[in-house]
Amino acid sequence: MLDFPRWKQLWLWAVTLVACFCALPSLFTVSGLDWPKALPAPVINLGLDLAGGSHILLEANPDQVRRQRLESMEEDVRSRLRQADPQIRIGEISSKDGSVSFMLADPAQVDAAREQLQTLTQGAGMTGQRDWDLEVRDGNRIVLTPTKAGIDQAITQAMDTATEVVRKRIDALGTREPTIIRQGAQRIVVQVPGLKDPAALKALLGKTAKLEFKLVDGTALPSDLQQGIAPPGSELVPYENPAQDGTVPLAVKRLGGIKGDRLTNAQQSFDQQTNAAIVNITFDQQGGAKFAKLTTENVGKPFAIILDGKVLSAPTIQEPIIGGTARISGNFTVESANQLAIALRSGALPVDLKVVEERTVGPDLGADSINKGVIAFGVGTLALMAFMLLTYGRFGFYTNAALIINTLMILGIMAGINTTLTLPGIAGFVLTIGAAVDANVLINERIREERARGRRVIQAVEMGYKEASRAIFDANITNIIAAVLMFLFGSGPVRGFAVVLMIGIATSVFTAVTLTRMWVAGYLRRERPADIVL
Amino acid sequence: MKLLKLVPDNTDIKFLRWRVPFYVVSLLLMAASLTLVFTKGLNLGVDFVGGQMIRVTFVQTPAAPVAELRESVGSLGYGEPIIQQFGKPNEVSIRMKLPEGSEANAGLADEMARNITAKIKSTHADARIDGVDSVSGKVSGELFKTGMQALIAAMVAISIYIWVRFEWQFGVGALFALVHDVTLTLGLFAVTQMEFDLNIVAALLTLIGYSLNDNIVVYDRIRENLKKYRRMPLPELLDLSVNETLSRTIVTSLSVLITLVALLLLGPNVIFGFTAAIALGIFVGTYSSIYMAAPILIWLRVTSASFVPTESEIDRQERLAREKS
Repeated sequence: MLDFPRWKQLWLWAVTLVACFCALPSLFTVSGLDWPKALPAPVINLGLDLAGGSHILLEANPDQVRRQRLESMEEDVRSRLRQADPQIRIGEISSKDGSVSFMLADPAQVDAAREQLQTLTQGAGMTGQRDWDLEVRDGNRIVLTPTKAGIDQAITQAMDTATEVVRKRIDALGTREPTIIRQGAQRIVVQVPGLKDPAALKALLGKTAKLEFKLVDGTALPSDLQQGIAPPGSELVPYENPAQDGTVPLAVKRLGGIKGDRLTNAQQSFDQQTNAAIVNITFDQQGGAKFAKLTTENVGKPFAIILDGKVLSAPTIQEPIIGGTARISGNFTVESANQLAIALRSGALPVDLKVVEERTVGPDLGADSINKGVIAFGVGTLALMAFMLLTYGRFGFYTNAALIINTLMILGIMAGINTTLTLPGIAGFVLTIGAAVDANVLINERIREERARGRRVIQAVEMGYKEASRAIFDANITNIIAAVLMFLFGSGPVRGFAVVLMIGIATSVFTAVTLTRMWVAGYLRRERPADIVL
Repeated sequence: MKLLKLVPDNTDIKFLRWRVPFYVVSLLLMAASLTLVFTKGLNLGVDFVGGQMIRVTFVQTPAAPVAELRESVGSLGYGEPIIQQFGKPNEVSIRMKLPEGSEANAGLADEMARNITAKIKSTHADARIDGVDSVSGKVSGELFKTGMQALIAAMVAISIYIWVRFEWQFGVGALFALVHDVTLTLGLFAVTQMEFDLNIVAALLTLIGYSLNDNIVVYDRIRENLKKYRRMPLPELLDLSVNETLSRTIVTSLSVLITLVALLLLGPNVIFGFTAAIALGIFVGTYSSIYMAAPILIWLRVTSASFVPTESEIDRQERLAREKS
């Protein structure tokens, strides 16, 4: 038990030093010193509850992805069958009940239609399933139903794109070190430390930035518009026209418009005549060509610029726009125009994102918390050490040394594996320090007891470690079990607690049992005391 | 040098003589706590019920003008706010339900937060907005569920481990002691109406950790003594075990309390409720491992037979020892 060969001692010291070394950069930062740049610098991240900043949880609605897929399938079917040679004529397409269905004008074309439509579907997932099921009912009705694998894949893709877009938008705001993580199937966590005003960030993230250009349907009767009736082939879009009072819907043609997703650039600028804020956009080549075609064919007609389902403005096309650039006006302030430009540059979100949870901690409070936390922890530890020294003398000194190393090792490992220290994490820290002290108390009390029973020094120490180890082992295993379960079942704060607890238990046992035993063994070998003060 | 000795050697306090009255009192307290939790309810924070919480510190005022705030925030038309001081008297949290329709339109919650903070700042120049939390009903439901799952899973798994390592009676005892500790703490939160949020769940977990630690130390000694003194009556043996570990219990509890008191007095206010819960847990946990976890072993009829090797096992060990020599 008290036998420590040289290699084992060296090995223990090496582990200790490496772990403690990792804690140094963090300690330097807290005390305001500079850590030499040439050295590796793992630093503990402070959670937002300690450092201040914003935590925003965004959630997408998967129904929206399903709906969009049905809509785009409807469009694809129409154009594919029209372009087929010979043309395949079909009746009205309906996309009710989660599938796209339509009748063929000529039942003899079933196989031709099936062949054409097959090319619209793709493999999805690992099982070799297609993303759409194609069925023929009653001889001439074709039904396309999205498969679960297909929907899952679409949602995953949409969320991947959305995460990327969110990242671009936050980067454009110039905030430092944001964390953006996908969580579960349909959520994105955004954490931005040190942010003073999250309102701008949220406004930006909440903007889907789906830009569309559609022709205004001039045939719509004002009375129908009032009642919310759209002419055939058109749809109504809300329009807050500054020239009129309140919101009057505008009828726009459903087909033949273009989407604003083919942009290479968007910049906030000013109208030269009115000095109003506007956004200049530049299309890519394909988008520019489409836009040129639309404007050339419709000179003199009004068209609507629609953003996220609302009409921004409805100018009349004065002349063909063939340069591939356009400007968007629409009652902007400089700030809102700038936000729109950022949103357009970063691309549209494939799904709407909703803020379902937001936590903001003011940076003053954060800094205050850290200072007070460090002071309280320092004072508490010093008092505890004094108590240990008074109670256990030399053995208390070993306990204290183990405690310091334990603290450094926890910090070092947390920095090394790049975890975040949060408020509940501090609780875990306090618990493990308590457990570490308890381990030493158990050992020391046991040695006392064995001495009182008349055992000689070496035997008493040996028995002390041996007998106390059983309880220490059981106590720590139960804590590990608890920590693992908390990590698996818990969310956010509970997990932060569990991570620190797991690290802390490992280091506590190492420092409070293994290291102190090595030191005590060294002392007994060197001095061979006939009696110990305990 | 003379070392500090808080507990004299060889104490012989008859702890378990009072086990029945203590059990009755504890059971009554548990029943009272549960009744309070179900009738008066816990003051659940926005983490668990959803809503919006704004934390404000009045930098230059010694005590926050709670009544005034209640009126001015209430006059904004978002309903009656719940205003509470926490940590220091000049710090308050203002809790509101999320406005109608905010599930569909997140902008409404934002607007509410903006209006409230603007109102506070206009009437109190020294108000510092320390944080805004806004949690939708859906997320808060999930947080509550996962928090409870973690708590229950941890308690059950721990009991199973103790059952395997010791005996089933010890597993039952440990589980009962944990339930006792958690129930009483919840009762305290129901009485004081301190805010119960996710951080408090972490505090409860810490409390469970300490209580368990204590429990295992006492149980370990009981197991050891069961092997050593096979003919000693159980109540006497339990008393002996508690007395033998008494010094350790006192020293450890004091050590942890020293650090906790430092955190309570000097630490950041945000963790006040949380530290207080853990400090309470130290007392409750120590008490429960002596008066809840130990006496239950008497009623569940633990015998030394469970821990003493059988005849054949003794034979085997002796044979091994002979072969070795």
